[in-house]
Amino acid sequence: MSWDTALPVLVLLSSLVPGLVIFFLREEQSRVRTALNLAGAVVKIGLVGIMLWGVYHERHYETRLPLLPGLDLILRADALAMLLTTLSAGLWLVTTIFAVGYLEGSPHRSRFFGFFSLCVTATMGIALAHNLLTFFVFYELLTLTTYPLVIHRGTPQALRAGRTYLVYTLAGSAVLLLGIVWLHRVAGPFSFTQGGALSHLGPQSHGTLLVIFALLIAGVGVKAALVPLHGWLPVAMVAPAPVSALLHAVAVVKAGAFGVVRVVYEVFGIRFAADLGVTTPLALLAALTIVYGSLRAVVQDDLKRRLAYSTVSQVSYIALGVATPGSISSIGGIVHLVHQGIMKITLFFCAGNLAETLGIHRVSEMNGVGRRMPWTMVAFTVAALGMIGVPPMAGFISKWYLGVGAVEAGQGWIIAVLAASSALNAAYFLPILHTAWFKHPTGEWKEEHPRGRFEADWRLLLPSLVTAALVIATGLFASTVMSPLTWAKLIAAREYQP
Amino acid sequence: MNAAVLYTLMGVGLFSIGLHGFLAQPHLLRKVLALNIMGSGVFAVLMATAWRGPQLPPDPVPHALVLTGIVVAVSATAFALALLRRIHTATGRASLPEDTAA
Amino acid sequence: MNAWIVWPVVVPLAAATLSVLAGQRMARVIIGSATVAIVGALAGLTLQVWQNGPQRHVIGGWEPPLGIQLYADGLSVVMLWMSTVVGALIGVYALGYFAHDSGTTGTAATGEHGDNSELFWPLWLFLWAALHALFLSADIFNLYVTLELLGLAGVALVNLAGGQLALVAGMRYLLASLLGSLAYFLGVAFLYATCGVLDVRMLSTRVSAHPAVWLAIAVMTLGLLLKTALFPLHFWLPPAHANAPAPVSALLSALVVKASFYLLLRLWFQVFSVVLPPVAGQVLGILGVLAILWGSVLALRQQRLKLLVAYSTVAQIGYLFVLFPLAGGTAWGAAAWSGGTFHALAHACAKAAMFMAAGTMMAALGHDHLHELAGMGQRLPLSMFAFALAGVSLMGLPPSGGFVAKWLLLDAALASGQWWWGAVLIVGGLLAAGYVFLVLRQAFAPLPADVRYRPVPRVMELAALSLALLAFLLGLMAIPPLTLLQIGAPFVGGLGTEALP
Repeated sequence: MSWDTALPVLVLLSSLVPGLVIFFLREEQSRVRTALNLAGAVVKIGLVGIMLWGVYHERHYETRLPLLPGLDLILRADALAMLLTTLSAGLWLVTTIFAVGYLEGSPHRSRFFGFFSLCVTATMGIALAHNLLTFFVFYELLTLTTYPLVIHRGTPQALRAGRTYLVYTLAGSAVLLLGIVWLHRVAGPFSFTQGGALSHLGPQSHGTLLVIFALLIAGVGVKAALVPLHGWLPVAMVAPAPVSALLHAVAVVKAGAFGVVRVVYEVFGIRFAADLGVTTPLALLAALTIVYGSLRAVVQDDLKRRLAYSTVSQVSYIALGVATPGSISSIGGIVHLVHQGIMKITLFFCAGNLAETLGIHRVSEMNGVGRRMPWTMVAFTVAALGMIGVPPMAGFISKWYLGVGAVEAGQGWIIAVLAASSALNAAYFLPILHTAWFKHPTGEWKEEHPRGRFEADWRLLLPSLVTAALVIATGLFASTVMSPLTWAKLIAAREYQP
Repeated sequence: MNAAVLYTLMGVGLFSIGLHGFLAQPHLLRKVLALNIMGSGVFAVLMATAWRGPQLPPDPVPHALVLTGIVVAVSATAFALALLRRIHTATGRASLPEDTAA
Repeated sequence: MNAWIVWPVVVPLAAATLSVLAGQRMARVIIGSATVAIVGALAGLTLQVWQNGPQRHVIGGWEPPLGIQLYADGLSVVMLWMSTVVGALIGVYALGYFAHDSGTTGTAATGEHGDNSELFWPLWLFLWAALHALFLSADIFNLYVTLELLGLAGVALVNLAGGQLALVAGMRYLLASLLGSLAYFLGVAFLYATCGVLDVRMLSTRVSAHPAVWLAIAVMTLGLLLKTALFPLHFWLPPAHANAPAPVSALLSALVVKASFYLLLRLWFQVFSVVLPPVAGQVLGILGVLAILWGSVLALRQQRLKLLVAYSTVAQIGYLFVLFPLAGGTAWGAAAWSGGTFHALAHACAKAAMFMAAGTMMAALGHDHLHELAGMGQRLPLSMFAFALAGVSLMGLPPSGGFVAKWLLLDAALASGQWWWGAVLIVGGLLAAGYVFLVLRQAFAPLPADVRYRPVPRVMELAALSLALLAFLLGLMAIPPLTLLQIGAPFVGGLGTEALP
């Protein structure tokens, strides 16, 4: 086995092995556990960095394992895969630091961090999957490894949320499996192909392909929280904050959105999908989700629920960009995979920090919190402004490309959706900022944890500052070589090659 | 209708009588006996197949099968009776609960 | 050396006799060496089949019809591996189980008749011998004898638990088993009467659409369905499997029901395939669907863990029968055939692991009431984990063996244009998730403070976990067994490769 074939497997092993070892650690061995977690995360970043460099220089990293007759499990580092692996690897490190601080002293940490690492492994597998079978294998593993995280607290409420989560995700994957097997029956074995893998199929199978497309999108749409399949996401908010951060930014929701990208671009191909007439309905569904999610977010008082509905809305920008014909929209959609991740994880870090340090769970409890925890609220503000689309934050770049792409495609209604959504984003984020910065504290905080040298435990604060800095940096330096935008442009250009 | 067919039909008849007894009789001893009657029915069918004509010697294979079958049936019956005794000792009944209720 | 084929039968039979004579102290040595010998012989046989195709062996040089002939093709070899690996790990588990059991009195596992555990080992070895003989027999009468031996060993094992529930369940099982065998035996008599041979291969060239053949098909199928516990003939299974000692439940649910299914496969696809109309397969398929739905719904309603697992077996047996309506066409027959048989394999590993894990929890708590399992994930994390991994295979999620089986069956369903069978597979998977998570969610609930708990031997947990891991990872090593299954199979080639590249 050469280095080039081993690398994708090593990337998976760098979180799988620590995860499995952690299960066997005793509860009080927190140092060993943290060391293992961080070592795994750092090694993973190193490996992903090497891979990123290699892919940029046109090297091929690929691992194959025969799984079914005629169908292999394929892990391959292509440009799109690198976008998600880099995001996950980077955010795993900061989330681990956050989680260590967040869960200090709470029970069952070995179990938590074990599943946490397995969850990252599954996400990496989803990113590197090079055919639908491989994608499905890791997609299901992700469901299984996130379930214990969602019900981690073991309260009746958490168990109920876990049930809802399972009902949605397992039903979704059942539909996905049906679509995948059927597609293999129609088209034979195939891998993800830039520009699509199905365009050779004649018109006689187009009717079947329409149904299969619907099945596949419904399958990945559950995790991507497309309306009306989003019901699990707000309920899953009972999970601990690091889990919510992971679920919303890199793992579950992102896996769904990434699935939409793969299905539209590399299974059907954007041109073929447009010929079939499936892109417009998908764009409409995404637009509906964007507006609906924002509207629901406006009326939530619970901070994490507001963020959850915000995710419903924001993730669909990806689907919207992907479903709008034209490479500029695609760039907007693809780059939002990364941008949404770093913005949303910042917001969840801050929400978790507020809850853990001061016991704040609701927007109405945030009066004047900016004075007590200025750095946390700075990070929150940066991410929130990014979400609204204020330049030069990351979100602005996404919305700019989506808007220009809509004009290019001659789809004026998309501009209207984007404008409405941005207005609604402002409507649910600006009041938070106003409450935090400009209102006076109403009195004692619910709970006040002894602070160290900073306004909060540094492990809760630092991650949000790092990701907030990234929100600005990805926006400011969008045109540099290794920026997400450059990668997105590279990918979009390849997807549109004739 | 020759003798072989007659014996075959008789065997099927015995099997059916046994089956009826097995299903209709709640007492476990009767069920075990009914199974034995069914077994005899199968043996009769097999014996009938051994007949190959008035001048020819009979086919030895069915005899071997029946002999083996008898050994199996005797062992199974012995086992069933032992189990029946234990059930009777433990519960004071010689029938299955659902049959007793009915 | 051509005689590898006899050792998988001879070794456990000899070991069973020896273990009765030698008594408790020598039992471990005998079992250990017997297991090693079986694995060795099986490896030799597998190599022969792999290289030279199906193997035949005439015992003692006595040619059929009077002599006894053994036959091994890919299907037999896969089934033999299934029973050897699963059986051996159940044996390892039983070492811990009965040691734990005899250390205390009055537990759920030992009834009022005291400790019967020394009888487990010979019976377990007899059961193994009967299973292996069944998988290797080439004529329908010997198959009857092995079927009967298997049933008697199985009932005796159920009764090891003692206690009223187990005795009554054992009796019900015995009656059902004998009735099934006799019906099969009647079919044997009819087939011999019309065809004049007993050998499976010779029969396949001689059967014709004769009324006696129809009668034979009907009674043999009914008898075997009763023994396989296909809905609606499953009534005897849940009490027998739930009330037996845990290692016995595992043996019965994982292996014994597969034996009569295996026989049915042989008969339908290698003997009767020329005369059976497609509608017959449809009927079995519909019964399979009803089994999936009925078994799953009842599993969801159980209050006791072992009954839940037993009803899950009723449901999972249903999947095996979805193979019958799908294995009709040449283009997708291979996928259906492989999918169905692979399901038998995956289910054997998963279900044995599940019963073993359930037995461990029961041994620790002294009962298996579902709503009182809260916090078991903290007490017995390895057992809970084993249960979860086995559950993943039952749900048919990747990368488990159950997933590969589901994929192949789904593929066959779509290829044959009978998508509704595929829909049932998917619904069945969701229902399985329902009852598996009913147990798993208890693992995360807080541990009640006042529950009495007895430590259990580690070996029990590890044996269950090994089998569960095997079930979970079986999907990653599916190619060798799938290739093996093609050797001597009625459907050859075309597995997953018929569509355009």
